[in-house]
Amino acid sequence: MARMKFLCDAERCIECNGCVTACKNENEVPWGVNRRRVVTINDGVVGAEKSISVACMHCSDAPCMAVCPVDCFYRTDDGVVLHDKDLCIGCGYCFYACPFGAPQFPQAGAFGLRGKMDKCTFCAGGPEADRSDAEFGKYGRNRLAEGKLPACAEMCSTKALLGGDGDVIADIYRERVLRRGKGSEVWGWGTAYGPGKPGAQPPAPPAGGKS
Amino acid sequence: MRGLLVLVIAAFGLAACGESSQVVVYKQGKYQGKPDRPPWENAPAAAELRGGKWTQGDRASWEEQIKSRQLAQHEHRRIYQ
Repeated sequence: MARMKFLCDAERCIECNGCVTACKNENEVPWGVNRRRVVTINDGVVGAEKSISVACMHCSDAPCMAVCPVDCFYRTDDGVVLHDKDLCIGCGYCFYACPFGAPQFPQAGAFGLRGKMDKCTFCAGGPEADRSDAEFGKYGRNRLAEGKLPACAEMCSTKALLGGDGDVIADIYRERVLRRGKGSEVWGWGTAYGPGKPGAQPPAPPAGGKS
Repeated sequence: MRGLLVLVIAAFGLAACGESSQVVVYKQGKYQGKPDRPPWENAPAAAELRGGKWTQGDRASWEEQIKSRQLAQHEHRRIYQ
C-alpha cells in the first residue's frame, strides 16, 4: 500500500517558488491562502543558505485529525490526509496542532472572520465526485484520479521536491545522494547527531523495554 | 468549636494537595463526513490530459501508473539511460 509523501532536497531547492506557483495555478487557490510555500534559512549568508518547500506533510499520525472537534479529517487508502469542508467549522485547532503550518484559513469578510480550512490535498481533491466542478471548487484539482502526481512536485525544475509513495521517492533520493559522492553522512545518523568521537561506542539501549 | 473550624479549613486547604491523575484518556475520533471515492475507481482521463492508463477499478494497475510517474522524477533514470 502506497503512503503518499513529499520529500524536499534542500541541496537542490533554488527558492524559485515554482512549486508555489504551480499549486496556486493548478488548484486556483485564492489570494491569502498558501497551501505551499518555500522557507529559507540563513537567507543571504553565502554557503549557508538553504531552502525547503513546505506544505501539508500528510502525516501518518496526523495531529490535525486528533484535535478536530468535528472529525472532518480522513486518510485515504494512499495515506493522503484530506478533509470535508462541509463539516469544517473553521475553529483553527488544526492550525495550532500542525507543526508545519499547513492549515490555511481564508479571511472571509470583516473583523478577520475565518473561513473553512484549506490545505494541500496532495492534488487528491476531496469527498466530492471525482473530477467534478464541485470538487474542483472546494478542494482543487484531483490529479491522482487522473493518474498524475501533485503539480508542485511534477513542476519542480530542479526536481528538489519529490512526491509519491514514500518508499519510491526515498529510493530516488538515496540513489541521488550516493551519486553526489556522499554517503550516509549526508542523510543518515551523521547528519542528525554528528560524526561522534573516534572509537566511541553507541549508547546502550535503556533497560526495561523500548523508550 | 475553634478546633472544628481549624479541621474544616485544613480539610479544604489540603484538598488541593491531592494527586489526581492528569492523563487524558484519548478517544479516537471517527470521520463524520462524506465517503470519498478512491482514485482507481475512475476511468483514465481523456488522452489530451496525458494522465496515463490503467484499468478502472483495478488498484494495482493504477498504482503501476502512479509509480511510472514517480520514477519520471528520477532524472538519473529518465535522462541518462
